[in-house]
Amino acid sequence: MSASHDDHHHGPAKGLSRWLYTTNHKDIGTLYLWFSFAMFLLGGTFAMVIRAELFQPGLQLVEPNFFNQMTTMHGLIMVFGAVMPAFVGLANWLVPMMIGAPDMALPRMNNWSFWILPFAFAMLTATLFMDAGAPNFGWTFYAPLSTTYAPSTVTFFIFAVHIMGASSIMGSINIIATILNMRAPGMTLMKMPLFVWTWLITAYLLIAVMPVLAGVVTMMLFDIHFGTSFFNAAGGGDPVLFQHVFWFFGHPEVYIMILPAFGVVSAIIPTFARKRLFGYDSMVYATASIAFLSFIVWAHHMFTVGMPLAGELFFMYATMLIAVPTGVKVFNWVATMFRGSMTFETPMLFAIAFVVLFTMGGFTGLMLAITPADFQYHDTYFVVAHFHYVLVPGSIFSIMAATYYWLPKWTGHMYDERLGKLHFWLSFIGVNVLFFPQHFLGLAGMPRRIPDYALQFADFNWISSIGGFLFGASQLILLVVVIKCINGGKKATAQVWEGAQGLEWTLDSPAPYHTFTTPPDPKLIHAQ
Amino acid sequence: MLPKAKLWLVLTGIATSLLSANLQAAWDLNMTQGVTQISRDTYDLHMQILWWCVAIGVVVFGVMLWSIINHRKSKGAVAATFHESTKVEIAWTIIPFVILILMAVPATRVLTEAYDATESEIDIQVTGYQWRWEYTYIRENTDEEEVSFYSILSTPREQINNQMEKDETYLLDVDNPMVIPINTKVRFLLTSNDVIHAWWVPDFAVKRDAVPGFINETWAIVEEPGIYRGQCAELCGIEHGFMPVVVHAVEREEYDAWYAAKQDEARVAREMANNVVTLSESLEAGEQIYTTTCIACHQPNGTGLPPAFPALAGSSVVTGDLEANINLLINGVPGTAMAAYGRQLSPVQLAAVVTYIRNSFGNTTGDLVQPAAVNTLIQAAQ
Repeated sequence: MSASHDDHHHGPAKGLSRWLYTTNHKDIGTLYLWFSFAMFLLGGTFAMVIRAELFQPGLQLVEPNFFNQMTTMHGLIMVFGAVMPAFVGLANWLVPMMIGAPDMALPRMNNWSFWILPFAFAMLTATLFMDAGAPNFGWTFYAPLSTTYAPSTVTFFIFAVHIMGASSIMGSINIIATILNMRAPGMTLMKMPLFVWTWLITAYLLIAVMPVLAGVVTMMLFDIHFGTSFFNAAGGGDPVLFQHVFWFFGHPEVYIMILPAFGVVSAIIPTFARKRLFGYDSMVYATASIAFLSFIVWAHHMFTVGMPLAGELFFMYATMLIAVPTGVKVFNWVATMFRGSMTFETPMLFAIAFVVLFTMGGFTGLMLAITPADFQYHDTYFVVAHFHYVLVPGSIFSIMAATYYWLPKWTGHMYDERLGKLHFWLSFIGVNVLFFPQHFLGLAGMPRRIPDYALQFADFNWISSIGGFLFGASQLILLVVVIKCINGGKKATAQVWEGAQGLEWTLDSPAPYHTFTTPPDPKLIHAQ
Repeated sequence: MLPKAKLWLVLTGIATSLLSANLQAAWDLNMTQGVTQISRDTYDLHMQILWWCVAIGVVVFGVMLWSIINHRKSKGAVAATFHESTKVEIAWTIIPFVILILMAVPATRVLTEAYDATESEIDIQVTGYQWRWEYTYIRENTDEEEVSFYSILSTPREQINNQMEKDETYLLDVDNPMVIPINTKVRFLLTSNDVIHAWWVPDFAVKRDAVPGFINETWAIVEEPGIYRGQCAELCGIEHGFMPVVVHAVEREEYDAWYAAKQDEARVAREMANNVVTLSESLEAGEQIYTTTCIACHQPNGTGLPPAFPALAGSSVVTGDLEANINLLINGVPGTAMAAYGRQLSPVQLAAVVTYIRNSFGNTTGDLVQPAAVNTLIQAAQ
């Protein structure tokens, strides 16, 4: 074969067309990750507006209507634009390399599922520049505020959600098809890395609930434009139905954003403890249990909506049960660290912070499950603190841990460890100064989603805002680290980390454009 | 020596500023214990689950910290090879399960009590509107005058816009608070006229959604007289942050006197609908209603916030046909934020506000609307 022939078939195309037409799982993974980072900065900018307005009591910077647009867009962009695409990006890069497959099972659909996303978010963000303003009814878009009383731009929001959902469903089908059909000989299900396991389960959750989300926004569309009354009480509809349908999607969605994070942390902690993951089997079963429970706890988001006592009790007990498998996971991670031989490179720091701070979010989750206490916590900053603890130092820290951990494999260079540690410590301090005082605000009675507040909330609010600005600014360090790492740095070895185990670490760094075109030697596949 | 001294200076500086801040504002760290049995039980549940979490946290993070300190490679730690133990897994599945049962028992008890709204002495219907509460005291028989009124934020806009010093009760004050007697079981029946709101008084541990088309119930027996403040706890649109809940709990005699006075007031208002008003009276009353009811959307100078909230200044409706203008206020504009005020405002108030907007912001129709005329249109609309 001539060299040019080789290039044509086995190297990436040049220029923009490489990224537009690519069906390569590594390219698509990269696209997803950059897109997610861009959305992270955009959603973060909205959060900065929110924290700036809340820095002092009184209205200073924005009108209440714009404030509501910011909280709504911040939530939507972070959930659907930052966290979910980041995990899909990681799955694209890592799943084929971890199971010894040459690529994803459905490469053309892979391209399509990424490339519709920028259009969805362009459509959603464009509403900010329209006369009626962006959606202002919160990321949970409760009807009838989001139907009868919504700005006209709600239709753009509905179609954007449809496209995001289609993208997620296609991504999930691809991941399931890849994991079930393309594992290398010898890679049995119970030998798969936990990241692969958690993504397999997550993909099933996505396929189960994204159509429900599509259903609920379609019902909204019909209420708004075609005269139906699904959620309009005046027409015989039921506003509470909206919440049931939304949270039947929404609660599994919460686990969609955390299960892959469990997988990431289960890869990183054993590497830097130089010790096998404790209780691999129980980790798999715990993940499956959490996924199952996620379908029968949705109404704990609605304890104050006026359900009958029996309903309240059922959802309280079911929700409390989630603490059991989640506890098993945390105990297993700690047991993995126990009597290990630990070093604390940036990925490990993020992973340890994940375990501690995610667990704190888990604790407040357990408190929120206690229905009578939830009557006091519900829709206050206590809830805001709770879900930001599980999402920011939870999901997002795990994404950052993953980025530092696999970056040498992706780029072929070691990242700047000093900058990485600086990024970690500033983020760690920032995130706690930002969110810890919000527990106190909520307990003292500050409702969420308000642009202005009573004077007794003033002190913790300015502290929280300072933390927010610190956390926000620190994220630019990550951008610097990644760009530096792409452009150069110490050459990374194939294994990269002393304790790293798994098929991806048997490949060169950077991983060649095409990998495992022939299956790996089964002897390389070990029990996790 | 110098850097150290400097550090101390900074630290004492921070400490003093924190201390002085402490004097100005409350550093509330915890949930209120409140003034009802349910609120105290709720507080106890909250503390109980909190201490369980702290205990589990100390053990888990303790082991973790100990491992981080002692089992590090730099200290020469060599990794052990154990990686599973069914016994341990079973233990840390069962122990949390037992703790959960210990928590579920008292939680079930308190929840069951909180849900028992039977045998109330006083029933009050709480209706949420964008962005006010309406309190309607359910009458024992229909011969009585109905006591029903709106409760609207009374913090001046100047305070919100930082043109005036903020009160101690900033954003937590209303024109007409709910009044209830102490040591009496009061049932709250919640519903909404537009979007979902949530009525919350932390000191009663009462938070329940007000959902259009539904009536939710909850209750409280308040044990101490006082003024109890809360806020709407469900995003309900632009002014969600500006619809506080204020409840005055008073001795029974005081409540009875207040209730009787309110009934008299209602009788007078009903009779006044037939009175003839003057232009200056109307303009003054109308401005007041405009300031509490219309100003958020239509703005102080009537410019609105187009296109969602149209301007009143020079508007074809406000300067056009009078009857159409009144009907628009009575029926609202379906599908927009413009509510139907026929039920929310009295004929006297509607007449005054229509007179006001037709003679303000540069509008000079010179119209003077009489309550009786509005009343006729309301009857016609029904």
